[in-house]
Amino acid sequence: MKVATLTQAKGEPLSEQQQHERFSEPVENGTSPAASTDQSLSGRSVVTLDDLTTAQIQDLLLKASYIDTHRKEVAHTCDGRILATLFYEPSTRTRLSFETAMLRLGGNVIGFAGAQLSSVSKGESIGDTLKTVSNYVDAVAIRHPKEGAALVASQAASVPVINAGDGGHMHPTQTLADLATLKSRFGRITDLTVGLCGDLTFGRTVHSLIETLCRFGNVHFVLVSPDELKTPQYVLDRIDETPSCSYEEVKDLVSVIADLDVLYMTRVQKERFFNEDDYLRLRDTYILDAEKLKLSKPSMAVLHPLPRVNEIAVDVDADPRAAYFEQVRNGMLMRMALESTLVGDTLPGYEDWSNKEVAA
Amino acid sequence: MEVTSITNGIIIDHVPAGTALTVLQYLHIDPATAKLALIMNADSNRYGCKDIIKIEDEQDVDLDVLGFVARQATVDIVRGGRIVAKHQPNLPDHLVNVITCVNPRCVTTTEPGISQRFHLAHSERHEYRCDYCDEEAKL
Ligand SMILES: [Zn+2]
Repeated sequence: MKVATLTQAKGEPLSEQQQHERFSEPVENGTSPAASTDQSLSGRSVVTLDDLTTAQIQDLLLKASYIDTHRKEVAHTCDGRILATLFYEPSTRTRLSFETAMLRLGGNVIGFAGAQLSSVSKGESIGDTLKTVSNYVDAVAIRHPKEGAALVASQAASVPVINAGDGGHMHPTQTLADLATLKSRFGRITDLTVGLCGDLTFGRTVHSLIETLCRFGNVHFVLVSPDELKTPQYVLDRIDETPSCSYEEVKDLVSVIADLDVLYMTRVQKERFFNEDDYLRLRDTYILDAEKLKLSKPSMAVLHPLPRVNEIAVDVDADPRAAYFEQVRNGMLMRMALESTLVGDTLPGYEDWSNKEVAA
Repeated sequence: MEVTSITNGIIIDHVPAGTALTVLQYLHIDPATAKLALIMNADSNRYGCKDIIKIEDEQDVDLDVLGFVARQATVDIVRGGRIVAKHQPNLPDHLVNVITCVNPRCVTTTEPGISQRFHLAHSERHEYRCDYCDEEAKL
């Protein structure tokens, strides 16, 4: 009678390290000091946000805010380091953000993107490419159209791997940028009423943000979408399983906008609809313009993962509530925090500063 | 109902009605060569209807795999015509190379040399998901 706990019917047995990487649960611990979270993340990969504890996410948020106000002090944090950006599909804005982050820390970047791909790694497996590139660099940011590609990369690489988007699956640094924007606007990422508007069925950024906010708790979600694009059940279950979180589902943005601290807009894409009439009818309901914005609190923050099509009118951009270009800056700051942490470089002056911040 | 008795082997009882052949397939037991008796859609006090699998000369059954395909099944070990032991299947935390991910966008469809790995995502719902893409496992 075979009673194995880890069945290995065929193929090679898992190395202890692989098992550890995938299966170990991050320890939720809200009180660990900056130094120890630093140590535990050094050398690790970030494939999903589940690879980070809430304490580690809080520490990264604090680092991003330190970096923003101490640009000169941190400009040589990663001197001599090299980041590889391996972009198997083009996503120029994400790649520029990862690369700028390393350059601003004093490091360098190599890599390929989209069209250059064929000459760099023609027909080579992700695993082999990562085993090769690991010899050249200190960290890798990978974007790939296949879901799970970043996990494959992290298992093959001997250096930290950051998931810069694996198909429709995960994009953890986008969510970190969203959290950093909430943190910079409100000084907290809890005790907020967060509206999410538009395509809540297919938008992975929305699901990831909801799931992550649930880990911190004390958020009321207002889910604004047409019936065709409602939030999937597993995401609603995640909210239900969090005692301090709650949600309501509505169809009309105007009826709820006055209650919101945060309005997270997403694209309503034409190809999600069965017919043109439905699309045209619904599209305008989920557009934010200056007129609708007037109904909201003066302190509300409008977020959007960008690029936008027409779901936020240009006349909103000049309003102080528009936070979506700040979100881009926060994305870069979070990538700076993450890259320096994963390669194990300490931000000069951060420890003293954070001790004072935490005490204050 | 006593269709066939076995002397030395195993009886997998309380298999969900109609799924015995699927269960055999996942256990890598070949109906073309194994000494086998299948009772399908039998009346069951516990579940209304069930399948029963009796295998002569078979000693080995993977309780992890059985736990995945037929959670409520029971395994009786038969020696000399008597049941000498009973086992319950496990609900394993991980399944490696037991099922194949059906998501066409999953990296396992293109990356050579990696195993098919699933983890128990929700133990009450017996829900397994692909380690790579989080697609739910389907039998
Ligand atoms: Zn998969």
